[in-house]
Amino acid sequence: MIELDGVGRSFTVGRRRTRKTVHAVQDLSFTVRAGEFVGYLGPNGAGKSTTIKMITGILAPTSGRLRVAGLDPTRRRTSLARRIGVVFGQRTTLWWDLPLRDSFELVRHLYKVDQIDFRRRLSELTELLDLADFLATPVRQLSLGQRMRGDLTAALLHDPAVLVLDEPTIGLDVVSKAAMRDFLRRLNAERGTTVLLTTHDLGDIEKLCRRVMLIDHGSLAFDGTLDDLRATAPEEDSIEDVVARLYTGWSPALPAEG
Amino acid sequence: MVRTYLLLAWTWLRAAAQYRAQLAMMTLGSFAVNVLDVAAILVIFRHTESLAGFGLAEVMFLYGTAELAFATSDMLFGNVTRLSEQIRTGGFDTMLIRPASAFVQMAVDRFGVQRLGRVTQAVVVLAIALPQLDVPWSRAWMIPLMILCGIVIFTSIFTLGGALQFLLTDAPEVANAFTYGGSALTQYPLSVYGAELVRGVTFVVPLAFVNWQPALFVLDRDAPRGPPHWYSPPAPGAAPAAPPFAALAWRAGVRRYRSTGS
Repeated sequence: MIELDGVGRSFTVGRRRTRKTVHAVQDLSFTVRAGEFVGYLGPNGAGKSTTIKMITGILAPTSGRLRVAGLDPTRRRTSLARRIGVVFGQRTTLWWDLPLRDSFELVRHLYKVDQIDFRRRLSELTELLDLADFLATPVRQLSLGQRMRGDLTAALLHDPAVLVLDEPTIGLDVVSKAAMRDFLRRLNAERGTTVLLTTHDLGDIEKLCRRVMLIDHGSLAFDGTLDDLRATAPEEDSIEDVVARLYTGWSPALPAEG
Repeated sequence: MVRTYLLLAWTWLRAAAQYRAQLAMMTLGSFAVNVLDVAAILVIFRHTESLAGFGLAEVMFLYGTAELAFATSDMLFGNVTRLSEQIRTGGFDTMLIRPASAFVQMAVDRFGVQRLGRVTQAVVVLAIALPQLDVPWSRAWMIPLMILCGIVIFTSIFTLGGALQFLLTDAPEVANAFTYGGSALTQYPLSVYGAELVRGVTFVVPLAFVNWQPALFVLDRDAPRGPPHWYSPPAPGAAPAAPPFAALAWRAGVRRYRSTGS
């Protein structure tokens, strides 16, 4: 469903004399099959966001080959947009001043979702994510937890085959986080939606992901199951410590956030 | 494209309607500014009989046609020059994940009624000027054509200005010098600016096409000063050439888009 083959993205930074090339992602190859739930980890500046942006068609890779749902994200950006759902935890894709319901209606038009399918999916998601109380509230008045549920709904109304989540639980309280995780697990199990998730919250990884990929310095440093991950440092008790060891085991990360 | 534009424009209008007082003040404010613009022209003519050999009605005609083309283009597409702002806030990323043209989304972003102010004003000025000029039909056909060409050229310049910002995130000032600066330039007879500038403008920036050359034809006048005569007649020829160039630049820009750090 998501295929990367030797993908790289470099940026030129600085002006004339101090100009240099920073490789945010380098020779990255992995495949995510349909129905998988994959956690994508890495320290700040490791290249997580750059990878996500290339997968969603926001950034064009500078080298390598990339296929998402069978499409080249750069060349077929709008076709791809109809097949994937994207949620950025740090920013909303909803319309700030519009009631949530109107934002969804607009999403329906933009994604050309059939009226009947739309009603059915919206009522389903309204129930699952408990949106009924604030469907009529303008987005700017929603709490972070409510807004995230709104964003997630907007990303799923067109029934995408792939869901890409960039830190979806950031800033959420314990209850909202649990509700979000529960929903994502069911979505993956019942609908078979492929999910790729980046997070700094290892609770998300433990509760949700069967497979974990870890990126550092722009290339893949680990790819395996959660148990494989634990086995890299058997003497550590918690998953946090295991990951911390992996992060610090390498030389200090370059400040090349991308 | 058109459907997406209208859909999003309607959405932004409804969003703006959430703030009624602000809406009323912005509409009023933009109208007041435009009235002052017209007043400036009238003040100049209280002190002189003519401006570089042009009478009041003729200057109002020049002003009105340039302003109508510019204002219409600005209303519909001017917002693409605010790209660097959207890049910095990450808003452009959001546009790229939607199944719609990023250019259309950018153009229509934060669409509001205040954008109508300048268009209305230009129509008023033209409505006053045209009856006084008494242009025969044999030359009047050029008027809608020159306005249309102006819209096309200005939109292309806006697009280029936007595309430039993919490379230089702080470029809006450079682009505005060509678009907004260019708009003020074409509102007065070009000959008040002197020969050197007229030549530079005619050859470097296609702004003179917008108004000057076709306007001379409509007003049935010779150029008092400026480009050589052989260069004059095929003015609207530049309009079809501009959009493909601008579109290519925009596409190249999207390809080179770097996003922001998070």
